[in-house]
Amino acid sequence: MLTRLANPGVFLRWSGVALPITAGLAAAVLAAGLGMGWFLAPADYQQGETVRIMFLHVPAAWLGLFFYGIMSASALGTLVWRHPLADVSQKAAAPIGAAFTLVCLVTGALWGKPMWGTYWVWDARLTSVLVLFLMYCGILALWRTFEDPGRAARAVSILTLVGSVNLPIIKYSVDWWNTLHQPASVFRLDGPTIHPSMLYPLLVTALGFTLLGLALHLSGMRTEILRRRVRSLSILEAERLDLQEA
Amino acid sequence: MTRAFLALVARDIRLATRVGGSGALGLVFFLMIVTLVPFALGPDLNLLARIGPAVLWLAAVLATLIGLDRLFQADEEDGSLDLLRLSPLPLELTVLAKALAHWLTTGLPLALAAPLFGLLVALTPRAMGAIMATLFVGTPALTFVGAVGAALTSRLRRGGLLLSILVLPLMIPTLIFGVSAANAALGGTVPFATPFLILLALTLVAAVVGTAAAAAALRVQD
Repeated sequence: MLTRLANPGVFLRWSGVALPITAGLAAAVLAAGLGMGWFLAPADYQQGETVRIMFLHVPAAWLGLFFYGIMSASALGTLVWRHPLADVSQKAAAPIGAAFTLVCLVTGALWGKPMWGTYWVWDARLTSVLVLFLMYCGILALWRTFEDPGRAARAVSILTLVGSVNLPIIKYSVDWWNTLHQPASVFRLDGPTIHPSMLYPLLVTALGFTLLGLALHLSGMRTEILRRRVRSLSILEAERLDLQEA
Repeated sequence: MTRAFLALVARDIRLATRVGGSGALGLVFFLMIVTLVPFALGPDLNLLARIGPAVLWLAAVLATLIGLDRLFQADEEDGSLDLLRLSPLPLELTVLAKALAHWLTTGLPLALAAPLFGLLVALTPRAMGAIMATLFVGTPALTFVGAVGAALTSRLRRGGLLLSILVLPLMIPTLIFGVSAANAALGGTVPFATPFLILLALTLVAAVVGTAAAAAALRVQD
């Protein structure tokens, strides 16, 4: 399956069918999930209506990590198996993951203001997500510095893999740092258990956002393949003009 | 192989200490940051003594970045890196030798000079010892992590800024445990050994991962 998709033409045909289906499913599931979460689910007895931010915030956090996972898998594909579409997938995943991480940070800040009285606290979780966002920024910056897409992909693969080794270490050390600085946490984000009336909408929106992310990923990959085609076509044309003049 | 390795270390140290090298610059930069902090925070010695370890560690992290962008770039530009890659020495060991030379000319002088600079932020002798020990153990991790970024940006003309953006997030764990260990030595609930041993572990992991990844980064860019 993966080998057959290595042909960009086959991939473009296959994804041309898969993209509208994924996008349509994402729209339907998101409409259902967000509808349930924003209108049907009860307001929290303590947090009031602000708890509805959760239906954006939690899926965004999960997808920020999920896309780093996709990037790491694609990085392995680039370096180990030399799969021709792995670097395309890697490149398309980076901005999507960065965007979801940013959404997670922003919605978290907006949720934090009414709940904790401040937009930002140096809590271990928040700090880890911020570091994840910084690493996404580094990866995006490295993508933009190489002219040759193949060389850029291999360089970014190494950075991504080093990052994926380091992410658990960073997470662990930030937890350590935080417990050292403020032993008693002022807030508890995860209460005893989340009530089913909120859990089901949350799971549905998470599924919806995952589908949305995958649809964006597919569309990003298609765009990247077409962009590379344009690039090689213009190089070929320039060479032909060169020959004509000579 | 050992001789080639040692020759490479000696060459890089010589290059760093001669004209145009960044040998003493890191130390001056370190002093500069330590000097700037009292201007920003006020000359309150009690406050400075409390945040002293953090200031010295932050200065060390920033000072390590000096010269890091030229770690492979200079050799890449004049072609000596190609010759080094043709030599029987494995590329990983070449990277290790260059990183070692970088540490000997940046990290080690910082660790040795830390007690002196500690005077400026009113550190107690006990804190100075702790800072020196943590810098001695922790700065190699900074160099090894930085080597990955240096290898990735070796072909770019203006890689310095990008290098900092790439490697600073990866230096966070070292910073956290370096400062924790230094603070633990001054008292507190955590025994000194716990963060110190983790710092040591971070350095060992960085030595392995950093060398292998930097060598791979140099290889894949062809």
